[in-house]
Amino acid sequence: MHTERIKPIVMPKWGLSMSEGKITGWLKQPGSTVNVGDDLLEVETDKITNVVEAGDAGTLRRVLAEPGNVYPVKSLIAVLADPDVPDAEVDAFVAGFAVPKGDDEEGGEESSPQYLFADTPAGTLRYAKRGDGNRTVLLVHGFGGDLDNWLFNIDALAEKATVYALDLPGHGQSTKAIADPSLAGLSAALRGFMDTVGIGSAHLVGHSMGGAVSMQTALDAPDRVDSLALIASAGLGREINHAYIQGFVAATGRRDLKPVLEQLFADTGLVSRQLVEDLLKYKRLDGVDGALRALSGALFTNGEQARVLAADVAGTGKPTLVVWGQEDRIIPAAHATALGSGSRTEVIPNAGHMVQMEAAGTVNALLKEHIGK
Amino acid sequence: MTENPFPLSRDDLLKAYRIMRTIREFEERLHIDFAKGDIPGFVHLYAGEEASAAGIMMHLKDNDRIASTHRGHGHCIAKGVDVHEMMAEIYGRSTGACRGKGGSMHIADLSKGMMGANGILGAGAPLVCGAALAAKVRGDGGVGISFVGDGASNQGTFLESLNLAAVWNLPAIFVVENNGYAESTARDWAVAVDSYIDRASGFGLPGVTVDGTDFFAVYEAAGEIIRRAREGGGPALLECNMVRFYGHFEGDAQTYRAKGEVEAIRASRDCIKIFAERVIEAGVIPRAELEAIDRQVLDLIEDAVRAARGAPLPAPAELLTDVYVAY
Amino acid sequence: MARKISMKQAINEALDLEMTRDPTVIVMGEDIVGGTGSPGEDDAWGGVLGVTKGLHAKHGDRLMDTPLSESAYIGAAIGAATCGLRPVAELMFIDFMGVCFDQIFNQAAKFRYMFGGKAETPVVIRAMVGAGFRAAAQHSQMLTPIFTHIPGVKVVCPSNAYDAKGLLIQSIRDNDPVIFCEHKNLYGLECDVPAESYAIPFGEANVLRDGDDVTIVSYGLTVHRAMEAAEALAKEKVEAEVIDLRTLSPIDWDTVIDSVERTGRLVVVDEAHPRCSIASDVAAFVGQNAFGALKAGVQMVTAPHVPVPFSPVLEDLYIPNAAAIADAARRTLAPTGTSPRSIAA
Ligand SMILES: Cc1ncc(C[n+]2csc(CCOP(=O)(O)OP(=O)(O)O)c2C)c(N)n1
Ligand SMILES: [Mg+2]
Repeated sequence: MHTERIKPIVMPKWGLSMSEGKITGWLKQPGSTVNVGDDLLEVETDKITNVVEAGDAGTLRRVLAEPGNVYPVKSLIAVLADPDVPDAEVDAFVAGFAVPKGDDEEGGEESSPQYLFADTPAGTLRYAKRGDGNRTVLLVHGFGGDLDNWLFNIDALAEKATVYALDLPGHGQSTKAIADPSLAGLSAALRGFMDTVGIGSAHLVGHSMGGAVSMQTALDAPDRVDSLALIASAGLGREINHAYIQGFVAATGRRDLKPVLEQLFADTGLVSRQLVEDLLKYKRLDGVDGALRALSGALFTNGEQARVLAADVAGTGKPTLVVWGQEDRIIPAAHATALGSGSRTEVIPNAGHMVQMEAAGTVNALLKEHIGK
Repeated sequence: MTENPFPLSRDDLLKAYRIMRTIREFEERLHIDFAKGDIPGFVHLYAGEEASAAGIMMHLKDNDRIASTHRGHGHCIAKGVDVHEMMAEIYGRSTGACRGKGGSMHIADLSKGMMGANGILGAGAPLVCGAALAAKVRGDGGVGISFVGDGASNQGTFLESLNLAAVWNLPAIFVVENNGYAESTARDWAVAVDSYIDRASGFGLPGVTVDGTDFFAVYEAAGEIIRRAREGGGPALLECNMVRFYGHFEGDAQTYRAKGEVEAIRASRDCIKIFAERVIEAGVIPRAELEAIDRQVLDLIEDAVRAARGAPLPAPAELLTDVYVAY
Repeated sequence: MARKISMKQAINEALDLEMTRDPTVIVMGEDIVGGTGSPGEDDAWGGVLGVTKGLHAKHGDRLMDTPLSESAYIGAAIGAATCGLRPVAELMFIDFMGVCFDQIFNQAAKFRYMFGGKAETPVVIRAMVGAGFRAAAQHSQMLTPIFTHIPGVKVVCPSNAYDAKGLLIQSIRDNDPVIFCEHKNLYGLECDVPAESYAIPFGEANVLRDGDDVTIVSYGLTVHRAMEAAEALAKEKVEAEVIDLRTLSPIDWDTVIDSVERTGRLVVVDEAHPRCSIASDVAAFVGQNAFGALKAGVQMVTAPHVPVPFSPVLEDLYIPNAAAIADAARRTLAPTGTSPRSIAA
């Protein structure tokens, strides 16, 4: 509990596996005025570096965490307070601050496991479940991705909804064999997952290939889909950076994979050593190479996307949000308008294909609004 | 006092007993102290096998050479290596037989003709061919004796050495200490022939098999073989069938052994008990005299442990010395 | 699914998965089942330190105890490899290579070349390496340089459970002879390891830590000492890049050179002796190929040119430690001309 006038800034917890973060730099100096949404500092996790935005306004009275040092999630790293709050009161607040018991602590209020597994007709699929709101949101990652692609989004969305994120077959820690690598096959796997975990219908949020899978689901089983949010989505046009797909499939080592991954971001500095290493660990698993080759063969033939679903989806009348990073080098941002005026379209500057990571704050706000409608 | 029916003098009987008791006490003490965590590294105990070392080494002088195995404490003691220096070595002290640089598996005292315990199985056999060759060249009547376990008797180095010794007619003796196991693997599975006599004859040298828990059997067979070698009669193989009282090394749970096996061999095949009963029964040495030796040995080992624990550790500079004679 | 397991378990799991996947994989060695022919339990040992425990129950006679005859069974594994099997032979301690070296360096290593590219010898020889076990001079050596020297064999030395599993699976699938070196003091170390099968390609170093000030290259146990040194250096605002070579033959020169071109400073850490070592090999390669990038002489931190001593006080001095590595890094940062000649040479 903190008073209205003094507000803690804590190490954020991004996604499911983050337990600590390293401060790479403060973007505000002690004494400066902070408005909601201002960039406060940069934090590096073992996955990615990102900016922490201010959730409260005030004067930055104390900066407790030093650049270069590592702090556990939820630990106090700075304090905001109005200028007229006496120093002694701020110091007392710092001294008395206790890290709130959270989901990491055993017996904490949300002691649910980070990752769950469901035995579905398409094999064992890994997923995560956060929040317990009335609405159900299902996050569907793209080609070669996994549920951690949503690490900056899942907790934000879970404030108002029950959020699921899964690893599609062939991905993450799910079964690697893909019975049917077409969009229809992946959509069937997705619906099998919904059946297994008991999701009647959901707001589908799909990224890239996951967007196409979500659209396919809206066509094949419209009653299972409350709305669509399509992020840098496949299925809206023919073009795709086929060199990226081929490079991703072919890469076996850090040195060839890193330049491929850099194409995913507007800011290539975000491709950390750990991000590359985690993807290599995935790519080395038996069955992954075959799965990726099967998918790319079925979905991205002859250097372009095999299926364009835009016209059909526009006809469903489902509420649809389309989000794109302006600097997307995998699927051109021009596809954002493919659904015409029936959908809301947002193209975000200074972001690439992984726009939900690079502009997480903006994307989260758009998604919350879209789902809340 | 009745007449001595044994092939050894009364003094030599006492000496043999003292050797065996010293080995047993040394090993049992290590067993206890290892379990307490006082002793670093690998320790392979010779307890139960004492009659072999004593029965053979009673025939040897300092200019006779032996090459031992990883289970070398008994060979060392029987060959006259100082017990204090051995204990200090096992404790890694600068006063150790090898200044703390070798440890249990590498105790040596070349002045006593002890060419070293050995961490490499079968490595001693070729070395002993060399020792025997040197004795032959010197013409001093010395012999070389190589010890191997039943397991190591399958090493190429050992088998090649049998042939070399036969071809060169060396005063070399190959003692197979057959305790039934190589680590956890049974001798009867790993050695394809039933008898080492067959193996020896296949290489053109005589072989003898004795009950290695019977000191007198070992003593007499070894005496004959060693005499023959000293006189230019050439190499021979001696198999001692024996029992291992403890695990392969300290810390071995020994689940590969039969239930009750260790208790049974301790009860019926304890070479020291067998020896003591024989000499007491024959009326050559009274029990009290043996018990007096037991107490002296106990004191000796206690003193060796105390001294080892109090002895200085090697100085850091010792790390870099003794690699070459000159460099 | 990933869970924390030890390097020992990871190796066991790799053998289990590959034996399950491929019926031509056989595993042999002294006491790797443990208890063959003995009256007590089967699988009593599962290897001298229990690494293969439990595999016999699953795979039966494809896991074989051998008589104590390294020349014969290592040679047999090599021969079987040329005839369609994929044997994994365990040599217990790498020091025992002395007994069977001919079969490795004159036979396995040479077949492909001597026979004009017509032979394949997919054999893996697993052996424990390294000091720190109080096992003295004949059970503690780091003989990686000797094998690295020989064309025709590949040499692997993992530093953690994840790498051990993926590299062992790659070793078994690889069509060349592989010497797989397991540091006995890393067996208990745990990390996240996927339950699934995966193979880590050879010749791909792992960068464990980014840094722009100095490059520290190592492999095996001393990787961990290098990481400790890097943490100490970070407190002095010196950022060390730590590279784990993982495989010594083939070796990932590109990663080393790229890093040195950025940092300009190199410390190579090797638990082997200094002469003709992995350390001297890397130092020479960098000297020849990135001389222009170097801002200071390359520093080697190795074991000294002496056998492994028994006494724990001496053995602890013998193994390269974090303080020595950090000091070496500091020497590369000091003004030139101040680096003392290493005592090791
Ligand atoms: C060349 C070599 N191979 C393997 C070993 C490991 N090892 C040490 S003792 C031993 C068993 C020896 O059995 P045996 O020769 O019967 O002697 P015992 O231990 O029974 O006295 C083994 C396999 C070794 N030290 N050297
Ligand atoms: Mg034996």
